[in-house]
Amino acid sequence: MNWTLLLPEIVLGVSGLIAIVAGVIPKRDTTFPVALGVLGAMLLAAVLVIGQGEGTAMGGQYAADAFTRFAKLLVLLGAAGGLVLSLDWNEKEGLSRFEFPVLILFATLGMMVLVSANDLMSLYLGLELMSLALYVMAAFNRDDGRSAEAGLKYFVLGALASGLLLYGASLIYGFSGTTNFDRIADAVDSSAGNLGVVVGLVFVIAGLAFKISAVPFHMWTPDVYEGAPTPVTGFFAAAPKVAGLLLLARVLQGPFAALAPAWQQVIVLASLGSMLLGAFAAIGQTNIKRLMAYSSIGHVGYALMGLAVGSDAGMRGLLLYIAIYLFMNLGAFAVLVAMRRGGRALEGVDDLAGLGRTDPGMALAMAVFMFSMAGIPPLAGFFGKLYVFLAAVQGGYWTLAVVGVLASVVSAYYYLRIIKVMYFDDSAGAMDPRPAGLSVVLAGSGLFTALFFLFPAPILAAAQAAVAALMG
Amino acid sequence: MFDIGLVHYLTVGAILFVLGIFGIFLNRKNVIVILMSVELILLAVNMNLVGFSSVLQDLTGQIFAMLILTVAAAEAAIGLAIVVIYYRNRGSIEVEDISTLRG
Repeated sequence: MNWTLLLPEIVLGVSGLIAIVAGVIPKRDTTFPVALGVLGAMLLAAVLVIGQGEGTAMGGQYAADAFTRFAKLLVLLGAAGGLVLSLDWNEKEGLSRFEFPVLILFATLGMMVLVSANDLMSLYLGLELMSLALYVMAAFNRDDGRSAEAGLKYFVLGALASGLLLYGASLIYGFSGTTNFDRIADAVDSSAGNLGVVVGLVFVIAGLAFKISAVPFHMWTPDVYEGAPTPVTGFFAAAPKVAGLLLLARVLQGPFAALAPAWQQVIVLASLGSMLLGAFAAIGQTNIKRLMAYSSIGHVGYALMGLAVGSDAGMRGLLLYIAIYLFMNLGAFAVLVAMRRGGRALEGVDDLAGLGRTDPGMALAMAVFMFSMAGIPPLAGFFGKLYVFLAAVQGGYWTLAVVGVLASVVSAYYYLRIIKVMYFDDSAGAMDPRPAGLSVVLAGSGLFTALFFLFPAPILAAAQAAVAALMG
Repeated sequence: MFDIGLVHYLTVGAILFVLGIFGIFLNRKNVIVILMSVELILLAVNMNLVGFSSVLQDLTGQIFAMLILTVAAAEAAIGLAIVVIYYRNRGSIEVEDISTLRG
């Protein structure tokens, strides 16, 4: 029983409980202190994650290695970014309640358990802890019909996804005789072609594909992203997606590595579909949150390409792509959250018109994120795509690489359209001044995206170590 | 008389599971029916797990089933809460009305 390994999760969980009590007891509004406390807890957890040992704990339910460390740091970063985006926005929309940071905290705890899961049971527990908090966050603006509808849709489809995943888990348990990942790996190795386990695995992949919104399980994404409050959308597109993708990689490359020929076909199809849908469906969108939803589906497709290839290079490409996507996405959503004129939040692509003249700094940052998402060198997004495409070509997956390049050319159209609107259309007036927290997120992610090519070594090394830990 | 074995449990589980899935997608009336269908899916899973657990002589499956029961209760609570705020905004929980967001 090596419980000290769980220290980051224990710290987060206990902080969450303390935050609930500390939020309720005082008579005055406690949102801001609770949010600061939650940010502090996340920072502390990140420090503990960096210093975390390696091994398994809780009777093999929980594992920690270089891969989980990489994943947890990304998740904590995405969650902290999402919280910073929401602080000022919630206040202006009259949503300033201390429950919000607590929900983000518990969602983060769920994601950390999720990426560290070494057993189907802890996987399910982490997934539900994350999802239950996310359903509530989607419906957080409870007096707004669109937010309530987003929450309802997310709940129904999310619950269905959990059901599919569980059904798969029950089949895997029945046909391999265990829920522990290490022992499943042994069982799969010794009985190649075990049909029951393969069927179970397909259900598990379907359930996880729902959570990361990969085609053909993407249909909830545009609606939920449009209806949910903007900072919540930013959080959805960042942390849970990162956690889901990394968990999928961990499950497929860990216990089910021996079944690679079976799951690779599924992932190849999901990757192709996501890239194409992300490229074409976003073209006609006028609501920028909806556009970002399709864009994020596309990015999941590129990331899955690395997983479909399955080689060390492919996995490294996947990890790099996710890390870079997280930064680009947080930055782009910082701009979306800052879109506000005369106290009213704006969501149209047209509302960005003239931003190049009224707020050159923000327009420049948005341009950097859009160019980077389109994959234009020397920005970070180019390197993310380069590594996965390279891995696909080396692995002989020419179809994936060619479709990927074509899809990114098509998607460049709508990214560049945003830049054109910002710099060449007539302005509809200046935006409201943007709060300091957003400027920090904008500057941080903008600098990372723009200057990644100068200092890629630390992230490359971390991704390499994570892949080495995962692939053994 | 015939013995009831694993295949029977799995068949019941599979039927419940399919009923749950169809309940979600074919139902055009009421969101509450969807919540019931979700519960049906989870019960199908529990049926599978307990059946496997008994055949494998291994307690893990039963522990897993208890865990699912607990989480399902939390899930139902949150689902009903969301349905309540939805009803307060729209005055209806007809499935066909849930279509403001589209495009």
